[in-house]
Amino acid sequence: MDTNVADAPEIANPSALQHHFENPEQQRDASTIGMWSFLLTEIMFFGGLFLAYFAYRQAYPLAFASASLKTDLWLGAANTTVLIGSSLTMALAVHFAAIGKRQLLVLFLTLTLILGGVFLGVKAYEYHDKWEHHEIPGPHFECDGCVDAQHTQLFFSLYFGMTGLHASHMIIGAGILLVLIWQAYKGRFTPDWYTPIENFGLYWHFVDIVWIFLFPLLYLIDRSGRGLT
Amino acid sequence: MASAHEAQNEHHIVPKRVYFLIFAALIVLTWVTALVSRIDLGRWNIFVALAIAITKASLVILFFMHVKYSTRLTKFIVMCGFFWLSLLLFITMADLWTRSWMGVPGR
Repeated sequence: MDTNVADAPEIANPSALQHHFENPEQQRDASTIGMWSFLLTEIMFFGGLFLAYFAYRQAYPLAFASASLKTDLWLGAANTTVLIGSSLTMALAVHFAAIGKRQLLVLFLTLTLILGGVFLGVKAYEYHDKWEHHEIPGPHFECDGCVDAQHTQLFFSLYFGMTGLHASHMIIGAGILLVLIWQAYKGRFTPDWYTPIENFGLYWHFVDIVWIFLFPLLYLIDRSGRGLT
Repeated sequence: MASAHEAQNEHHIVPKRVYFLIFAALIVLTWVTALVSRIDLGRWNIFVALAIAITKASLVILFFMHVKYSTRLTKFIVMCGFFWLSLLLFITMADLWTRSWMGVPGR
């Protein structure tokens, strides 16, 4: 049977085993490793920004501590809850893809999209708030009550750079989700082959992990006011 | 060896209960870290916050991303990524932290 696979004509059904793999498990493992290789490049992508944050916080602790108090702790915590909720619905979507429940797969992908949208909406509200308070680095930058106001611009540059890169990953993710929801609705995925759902799940959870670190670094670690006195 | 390898590669269906438990743990940790941040622990604030973040990230990687149930090769690749990140952060920060101790120009 295995030898026939290579001779089979090209067919539209992607669940077919590609001829260069020995068996479906090997094909699955290869796609998982491929996805993780991509995620490692993403770790490097975000890693540089995290390093920049730590390096400048080390250099200007007072500026970072006072600027960090400008973030809204409760909005940040609520938004973290929303994003973790979207990770749960994504994990359940992969689960329903694996057991072949098409309608539940579509439902949970849609819930993931909605929760991602709520997260981005709250983020947009926070950005707008920063805009209103002139807390955007540049010629009109202001930071009421900030210590070392000049260097608080570094904090806000990193704040917008890191949360902006994170948000752009979510916007790209939402676009991919729309396609996956359509394909799932059309019945493209079966328990034998749902690799795009599984790999998208890895991407979505990775974006969640980035936020899990952004939340304490930008909102929490200088909250108690240490360094201001 | 062969049978163990095959068993490892079987479609591993994780019970839904596991996802809900991990979700509950992540939510509790989120609100614990948010509340603890308001208490002045001096230099320990950052360590508590990062320890909780690393715990949360590990839960997501192991259970939501199925790394706990994946092949050793996948686990190795994931470890490589985070090991590289720790080299980047620790070696650079060790330099920046200690420069001022020696009075080296340029901090």
